[in-house]
Amino acid sequence: MSKPIQRYTARERSNHWVVAIAFILAGLSGLALFHPAFFFLTNLFGGGPWTRILHPFIGVVMFLFFMAMAARFWRFNHFTAADRQWMARIGDVIRNRDQGLPEIGKYNAGQKYLFWTMVVSIPLLLLSGIVIWQPWFAPYFPIWLLRAAVVVHALTAWIMILGIIVHVYAAIWVKGSVRAMTRGTVSEAWAKHHHRAWYREMTGK
Amino acid sequence: MALQSLDIKARSATTTQSPAARKTTEVAKLIDISKCIGCKACQAACMEWNDLRDDIGHNVGVYDNPHDLSDQSWTVMRFSEVEVEQGRLEWLIRKDGCMHCADPGCLKACPSPGAIVQYSNGIVDFHEENCIGCGYCITGCPFNIPRISKKDHKAYKCTLCSDRVGVGLEPACVKTCPTGAIVFGSKADMIHHAEGRITDLKERGYSNAALYDPKGVGGTHVMYVLQHGDKPELYANLPKDPGISPLVGLWKGVTKPLMNLGLGLAVFAGFFHYVTAGPKEVEEEEKTD
Repeated sequence: MSKPIQRYTARERSNHWVVAIAFILAGLSGLALFHPAFFFLTNLFGGGPWTRILHPFIGVVMFLFFMAMAARFWRFNHFTAADRQWMARIGDVIRNRDQGLPEIGKYNAGQKYLFWTMVVSIPLLLLSGIVIWQPWFAPYFPIWLLRAAVVVHALTAWIMILGIIVHVYAAIWVKGSVRAMTRGTVSEAWAKHHHRAWYREMTGK
Repeated sequence: MALQSLDIKARSATTTQSPAARKTTEVAKLIDISKCIGCKACQAACMEWNDLRDDIGHNVGVYDNPHDLSDQSWTVMRFSEVEVEQGRLEWLIRKDGCMHCADPGCLKACPSPGAIVQYSNGIVDFHEENCIGCGYCITGCPFNIPRISKKDHKAYKCTLCSDRVGVGLEPACVKTCPTGAIVFGSKADMIHHAEGRITDLKERGYSNAALYDPKGVGGTHVMYVLQHGDKPELYANLPKDPGISPLVGLWKGVTKPLMNLGLGLAVFAGFFHYVTAGPKEVEEEEKTD
């Protein structure tokens, strides 16, 4: 048995999970108001008015902790030439044909796209959310801005939920990934196979 | 104002049909601005019937009192001094309040099932006990009518006295109007009545007199007779061609069901990818390539 490699510290993991929990709560309460098909979700939050009251506060928690997390992971998410080669072979990655993929760093291009999607989406959700936040802020904005903000908020949230569906599925699909965020470590084989450049950096091999 | 009824035609955030066995006559309130003297009896009657009392405001040098609609003031007379022609001052007084659109933007925008209903007689009513206070009705309304209470954070507006109409009475404002500027009846009768008034006004020199029953919202169940029907904006910015904002339409039309479908498809795509392509596993001791 080779020694596991540290991928996330306890602080990074806690930060990630605060964002994740806030996302789930904000997502469920937001979907409840997004379409009647999901209105039953208001029952999870104590009814319609409580859902309306809680949703924005949960969103603010998600924003604050996400920004902290984004600051931690920012430097690992710059695109490189290897990412572009990896992206060109995304079809093979999806079909589990990983032979001869370029050596990539801590994150692959898919993870980086998700990161930047979130970096754009979450502040947009905050800004559009403040504009429609009843009863505190919405009365101070003109009606055209409220109408636009509602659309921006719904579209951005939708893109974000789609992104998170992919993120969660990728964690289930790529075996050995979940423990990186629960225990903090990954196996040497996992690191070598999926993030060879990062593996070399961590082990010096 | 809640009223248990078989006669609900449309219900907010409800994707199936409402009970449709019974039909009622489509009603309308007709406000003849040329007959209005601005006495505000309608405001007083509205407060009295609905047991409402707004806070005492401040005089800022205009006749509008209170300044604006609120959770306590469901109708407000808006006074406009306009010079339609050079040297001819006119005082146009419009009783503002919910127009009871045939295609109500508030109902379309509302996310809470049954918080807004439309009766088959055309009245659009808020059921405050189902209101969650999100303010989406405000974004949906082309006439800037719903107001969120600062006290209970629920939305309020004119009910067209649905409780009175439901038992065969006319709305309180109609009953009290001393000049007959406000009349109430079936929509067909009110259109007919308006035609007579418009003919009269035209004979008296108001060649552009017209009925305000805007088609952009499918017609309304509160209509105006305007002396200057070609310029509704003279009457405290009554919109010339009101309609539900395309942004609200975009967001509440087919887009959302399609977006729901997209989320569902993403989850299914993941599941079927897992059971076909399978997970990505690495051997514990992988040989170097």
